[in-house]
Amino acid sequence: MRDVVIVGVGQTKYGEHWEKSLRSLVVEAGLRAIEDAGIYSKDIEAIYGGNMSAGSTTFQDHIGPLIADFTGLAINKIPALRIENGSASGAAAFHEGFAAVASGLYDTVLVGGVEKLTDVSMEEVTEVLSGEVDREWELFNGATLASLAALIARRYMLDYNVKREQIALMPVLSHKHGSLNPYAQFKNTLKVEDVLNSTMVADPLTMLDCAPVSDGASAVILTTIENAKKWKKDSIVKVKASSVASDYIALQSRENITRFDSVIEASRKAYKMAKLEPKDISFVEIHDAYSIFGLISLEDLGFFEKGKAGKYLEEGYGNLDSKLPINPSGGLKAKGHPVGATGVGQIVESILQLRKEAEKRQVSDPKNALTLNMGGSGGSAIVHILEVVK
Amino acid sequence: MTIPRFWREFEHRYRLVGTKCPSCGRVYFPPRDVCPYCHRESVGKMKKYELKPTGKIYSYTVVHQDVPDFKFIKPYIMVLVEMDDGPKITGQLTDIEPEEVKIGMPVKAVFRRIREESASGIIEYGYKFVPL
Amino acid sequence: MVGIVTYGSYIPRYRIKVEEIARVWGEDPEDIKNGLYIYSKSVPGPDEDTATISVEALRNAMARKRPIGVGAVYVGSESHPYAVKPTATIVAEAAGLAPEVTAADYEFACKAGTAAMQTVMGMVKSGMIREGVAIGADTSQGAPGDALEFSAAAGGTAFVIGNENVIAEIKATYSITTDTPDFWRREGQDYPRHGGRFTGEPAYFRHVLDTSRKIMEIMKTKPEDYTYAVFHQPNGKFPSRAAKILGFKESQIKQGLIVPYIGNTYSGSMITGLSAILDISKPGDRILAVSFGSGAGSDAFHIEITNEMENFRRENAPAVWNQIERAKYIDYAYYAKFKKKIKMGE
Repeated sequence: MRDVVIVGVGQTKYGEHWEKSLRSLVVEAGLRAIEDAGIYSKDIEAIYGGNMSAGSTTFQDHIGPLIADFTGLAINKIPALRIENGSASGAAAFHEGFAAVASGLYDTVLVGGVEKLTDVSMEEVTEVLSGEVDREWELFNGATLASLAALIARRYMLDYNVKREQIALMPVLSHKHGSLNPYAQFKNTLKVEDVLNSTMVADPLTMLDCAPVSDGASAVILTTIENAKKWKKDSIVKVKASSVASDYIALQSRENITRFDSVIEASRKAYKMAKLEPKDISFVEIHDAYSIFGLISLEDLGFFEKGKAGKYLEEGYGNLDSKLPINPSGGLKAKGHPVGATGVGQIVESILQLRKEAEKRQVSDPKNALTLNMGGSGGSAIVHILEVVK
Repeated sequence: MTIPRFWREFEHRYRLVGTKCPSCGRVYFPPRDVCPYCHRESVGKMKKYELKPTGKIYSYTVVHQDVPDFKFIKPYIMVLVEMDDGPKITGQLTDIEPEEVKIGMPVKAVFRRIREESASGIIEYGYKFVPL
Repeated sequence: MVGIVTYGSYIPRYRIKVEEIARVWGEDPEDIKNGLYIYSKSVPGPDEDTATISVEALRNAMARKRPIGVGAVYVGSESHPYAVKPTATIVAEAAGLAPEVTAADYEFACKAGTAAMQTVMGMVKSGMIREGVAIGADTSQGAPGDALEFSAAAGGTAFVIGNENVIAEIKATYSITTDTPDFWRREGQDYPRHGGRFTGEPAYFRHVLDTSRKIMEIMKTKPEDYTYAVFHQPNGKFPSRAAKILGFKESQIKQGLIVPYIGNTYSGSMITGLSAILDISKPGDRILAVSFGSGAGSDAFHIEITNEMENFRRENAPAVWNQIERAKYIDYAYYAKFKKKIKMGE
């Protein structure tokens, strides 16, 4: 397997883009990544686009060629594929791009992620995004993704004697960092009471425990280390690990609902691939689509003991100047969660941090980064570890 | 949901018919064609199994979202029930007030309307849970 | 011997009080309570209908005794969920009795359930089937503000009828049918209409009293020969008066008179009263059970409890009076919502 490096990143601001379409969002992010890499359209040999819901929201399928077309790459007749893996579509697309370059199939690929949700009503968004749970045996009976997260939260609180306030620390942390990120959907900071007193979604989870509905796109350019050197890049970040794991799609089929076996397995493989341990990680971007997902993931990634994530957050873990900065971008909660773009956006943030271009939210001197993108209620998990080469 | 997609699950939705692995004895709901544990040993041998309708609440939540099919009954209670036969099942808890629900509470599956296609479309029935 | 092999009832838990309906429509609740002898009525939950009530009633019956050879399923109701598409198919499937059964829906105002019982009795007696299911259930409709709104309720009862392991032998049945338009609902109409006081003498009383007298004549019995009697209960007043005219004492009808607390469950009405009687009856007890359906007709049954009742697992399903006590009172706004009386947007 060849080494794979990231030489260009681009993203739109996440949020409600009333004036922009699916294609204009992805073009904006894609062209920025190409610009950032300083390469030319002829250098790109393939496109992998992460997207979950275009077919259900705008009835636009066949997203691969659409991206190639409007980023001006269709003229080169290169392969362009859309990857769908629920909320983990973005990281899945990145994984595919990584595998293609690592295997030697292609030298340079564009990986993009995009979601356009505000073209449909809030009710339709709930319905569409619940497409990543088991529609026949969960959603049919009324179990939305938020309600599954709530079922997990309630049981977690009981099994580990966790206080509701501790779960609320996750969105508080994400908003703190999001307030420093110009690309973030939300710039306001939150207090624990704000989370607790917010509109109830699926109790005990309120609106502020849940990532927002967002439009947005992110893109990165992957290539070989030789190309990166040839193009004289100042900063080269290597993909040290790319690891995907699946679990039962329905929560009800899992033996234990207060841990994500997909996260445990994906991170185990990733640490092995990177020859690193949790204590070696400089900072993480995790999948806090729901506050509880964030907390449990931190435990399953090996950072905290089971049931203790909230306690560690209380003690200050997660802050930019702490031992383990968490979601410096603002996470899914504050930066936003344009589903298919989310996983790619986590990589974009990691690159900005590793290049020390993250300005006000810069983590001090990071060596490496770990990202976690999850699908559904834990039906899939994708972990990436990135490390500065130069 | 189209008619055939719903109709083919009648047995499972109406009567909690799942499957049982003859090799290890595990009971599955919804039914599976293969036991994840025994795999090849179980292919073609999984047996239909009608679950006892009783179990205990493993976790619950009160849903306040505007879900198109359930707007009329909002807020509604979702439960994850650990069935006496082993599997966990996600369903609604009905005939109870949210403040009365507790983890560990014994419940029973009953036959209820889940949703309707439209005012003129088919009515989709299935299981919900009620306190025992 | 043909008779009841097992039985079960289901009454939704929601109730609305007469005071609450009267409050909305400017009626005097005391007038209603004294005039109709109804205090509250059952209301189906938003996820309940005649099919779900029928299934739960039948499951309660099957929990008490597993049938051994059901060959027919008939569901009597005037509120089938579909205008076209049988409730009986849903019930047969949900009870695990499909596909090797014959099935159909019946409609005869409040006596569709007893019509189903008679059909099954005939089929069992002729040897056409071993056992059959007869259900009467309704989620009946009363127009907002109409007198019927105080009584139109929801509930149902299921019987498995056969000739083996019979707990209650049906020794005789007798019916009267005439064309008497005392109550009706035209196709496509949401609510039924009725003939007001015409529903009394020429309809209810004439039919109920005639069938009762005739079946006692056939069986050579007198009111005092019965442990219990139960008559169709459109309200509390009518069956009480019919019983008195016929010479029955209050003690004979009390156990089966459920209408004051749950209202008129239409096709489920008399038979749920009968179910309440079966909940406490002992071998040797005799029961006179008389239904009435507007339109009009009446079916009378002479029933005797057998020794098999000693082995019968009544405790495997909730008794009628226990279900009556399991009440959650709602206000008119919730009632209107549950009964889908509120006009919704697109």
